[in-house]
Amino acid sequence: MEWVNSAVQGILLGGLYALFATGLAIVFGIMRLTNLAHGDFTILPAYLALVLVGAIGLNPFYSIPISMAIMFMVGYLLQRSLLNRLVGSKIAIGVIVTFGLSMVIQNGLLLGYGPNSQGLDAGKIENMSIRISENLSIGWLPLIIFLTAVVVISGLQLFLVHTRMGGAFRAVSDDHQAARLMGINTKHIYAVAMGVALGIIVIGGTMMGIRTTFDPLLGNQRLIFAFEAVIIGGMGSGWGTLIGGVILGLAQTVGAQILGPAWSIFAGHAIFVIILAVRPQGLLARTVLAKGVAS
Amino acid sequence: MRAAAGSVSTGETRIVVSVASRKNLFILGGGLVILVALAFFPVFGSLAWTRRLVDFFLFLALAQFWNLLLGYGGIISVGQQGYIGMGCYALWFFADVLHVPLFLAVILAGLSGAIIAVPSAALVFKLRGGYLAIGTMVLAEMYRMIVSNIEATGGGSGVTIQAATEFGNESRVSGTYWWALAAAVIAIAAVYYTMRSRTGLALKAVRDDDLAAESSGVNLWRTRMYTFVIAGAGCALVGGILAISLLRIQPASVFAINWSAYMVFISVIGGLGTIEGPIIGAVIFFVLRETTSGYGGWYFIALGVVAVIVPVWNLGGIYGFVAKRTKFFVFPLRRKVKILGDGPGQAEPATQEEVSA
Amino acid sequence: MSLLEVENASVYYDDFQALYDINLKVEEGEIYAVIGANGAGKSTFLRTIAGVLSPRRGRVLFEGKPVDHMATHMRVVHGISMVPEGRRVFPSLTVDENLEIGGYRKRPGPWTEEKIYELFPLLLPLRKRQASSLSGGEQQALAIGRSLMSNPKLILMDEVSLGLAPVVIKRIYDAFQTLLDSGTTILVVEQDVQHVLTVASHVACFLEGRIALQGAPSELTNEQITAAYFGV
Repeated sequence: MEWVNSAVQGILLGGLYALFATGLAIVFGIMRLTNLAHGDFTILPAYLALVLVGAIGLNPFYSIPISMAIMFMVGYLLQRSLLNRLVGSKIAIGVIVTFGLSMVIQNGLLLGYGPNSQGLDAGKIENMSIRISENLSIGWLPLIIFLTAVVVISGLQLFLVHTRMGGAFRAVSDDHQAARLMGINTKHIYAVAMGVALGIIVIGGTMMGIRTTFDPLLGNQRLIFAFEAVIIGGMGSGWGTLIGGVILGLAQTVGAQILGPAWSIFAGHAIFVIILAVRPQGLLARTVLAKGVAS
Repeated sequence: MRAAAGSVSTGETRIVVSVASRKNLFILGGGLVILVALAFFPVFGSLAWTRRLVDFFLFLALAQFWNLLLGYGGIISVGQQGYIGMGCYALWFFADVLHVPLFLAVILAGLSGAIIAVPSAALVFKLRGGYLAIGTMVLAEMYRMIVSNIEATGGGSGVTIQAATEFGNESRVSGTYWWALAAAVIAIAAVYYTMRSRTGLALKAVRDDDLAAESSGVNLWRTRMYTFVIAGAGCALVGGILAISLLRIQPASVFAINWSAYMVFISVIGGLGTIEGPIIGAVIFFVLRETTSGYGGWYFIALGVVAVIVPVWNLGGIYGFVAKRTKFFVFPLRRKVKILGDGPGQAEPATQEEVSA
Repeated sequence: MSLLEVENASVYYDDFQALYDINLKVEEGEIYAVIGANGAGKSTFLRTIAGVLSPRRGRVLFEGKPVDHMATHMRVVHGISMVPEGRRVFPSLTVDENLEIGGYRKRPGPWTEEKIYELFPLLLPLRKRQASSLSGGEQQALAIGRSLMSNPKLILMDEVSLGLAPVVIKRIYDAFQTLLDSGTTILVVEQDVQHVLTVASHVACFLEGRIALQGAPSELTNEQITAAYFGV
């Protein structure tokens, strides 16, 4: 029964990873920009929530909409003022610049909050669970996170397919020059995309802050999880990131079962490596030549 | 000396493609003098300063290898700390476990890096650009985890390099100094000769346009693999020397992402894609480090800010900025085209077009 | 006032000068052809009008207003639309979606998705197909339709007959009259000289970045055109 428990935990964890992955994938898909500060952007909302909780006494869940609005603007301005200059350069100079950004954010948080782990208190919900059977119970919180991930990803797909701006996102992702010829202001679209990506990871980042602890240096690990979920699932596929996240989550939890908790994350890396070696375009990629992967 | 790489005669006019010029020969001579002076430093200089210079040369070497990856190969790596760490542990393995003489162990540590780099590259080359960078980070993390979680390698608390403790402090520091100096020289030489060779031209081409490079017969995969292996070996070599210098190595510090931060900063501020750039960058980094040692977090924030601002301002960094204006290049990597002879109106080498790197 | 006026425009790619002092006028309601050998600067010229490039010297006036430094996407708003070289339909979008994106900036005018399908009936059965799976001729029709969706006053066509079967080319050229009737002026760059001269009211022949010959096809002889084309 331990196995079933692990599997369920893994799937639910996967939802969280999928949220992180979606943000990364949006930015890469539309701007071909790899944001190395992406993981740190998942930590920022948790600290933001700390501030909001401390200042207004708000339950961290309710801080999410506020943080989303703030981070959307941060993302928009960041892209418009700085990162837009990097779009379209031949070498991935964005990696260097966002790496520097990551250093600034991590160490800024270190200076402000110190290296110790923090947590967000959301009240009773953290400990409530649904009893499925004698040996299996599912925590409310992980379930909510997973369902949120599904809702967000579905929402994103609907947005991309059925809205004017979503269509612009897809057009820009396909061919940004041709998109400009259609009258699309790509500078604006890039910035909106970054804003949307940050808005999405606020949801995941805050929820994860409620679920577990967080500290300033956790960003790199989160970046890696997001990245692995994208690669496993396959780029160019919205549901692929959910599948990718779930598989990664499963790998970690089941890996912990088999190899012991110390190897949990390593198990995830191992699955990632195997998929990269055997099917680099990912499990659900629609085209063999998925962007960002050479196969 | 005109190192004429090739010349064409068309009647009165000769076209000579040369890499070096008399000016560069002068600089080469000067460089050798400096090198000899540096080699004697431990004899005259203080222990503290010798130690500092060990770090300086190691940083310089690392930055050169990182720059080789990016500036000439188009590969951005934020995972070279994986090789540094593996180099440290390889040194420990060869010196303490296999009881290989320390000198040889350092070389073997470097070779270990090369060996690890091969399958790593095969895996990571399935990705491109930014995702490749994250891939290198993942691999470094995996190396760290393996070492951290195995009892035999000391787990999270690390190991001591027993073989190095047999030497007195002074001779150990001097020894690592010469090794570090050698590493820096090897790094610079490796980059220089790679760029001057056919592979070097290939890498320049690769950096600018994959498809174009391939259609002119460059074996893309092989040249990138070559760069990756050299960089892996180089960083592992530095790791080996570092292990001796530190005496005690722990996974958290030898595999830290900070190493990448240093490499990025030095290369970026000095200038990407040149040899001179990282030298200047290493000096600046060194000064920054010495003067802000009390400021911890701010120091890293400063590194980060530089990595954000400088590439946006000028990809060539400080050296690029200066060199463009003075047209002064210490390491002659650019091929100059001189049109000599009695052609119309040419008394001097009138046209010096640089095939830019 | 001409619809489009180019005055002494010089265009550079970094340090390389591609166009030298181009002077050209396009009147409303006409088909203006730009011909020339490869590398003569035809595409560069079109891209300058579309806003992908900006002239370093000189002016581009559209309906009397200077647009030479206006961003590409804003030119669409003002009524200039380009069908780019190589079609460049959005591969992951369907035919319907491609047309929809064409209408991202919808100006007043007669063109709608239905009208496009009337113009190019071959696209009708392909509505839900991904654009990447279309043949060259189908993609070309789609690219033209896509550009029409914004109801431009001036449509720029960059080598639309390249690589297409004659029957497909004929269909596209047949569509030109419908475009004119709807109020769209056409500026077309072509390799296929003979064909385009049968429909154009004016032609400019580019040679090495300059205009070597300009005028109405009816007033120019084959010898003149050949001479200008090859620079003999």
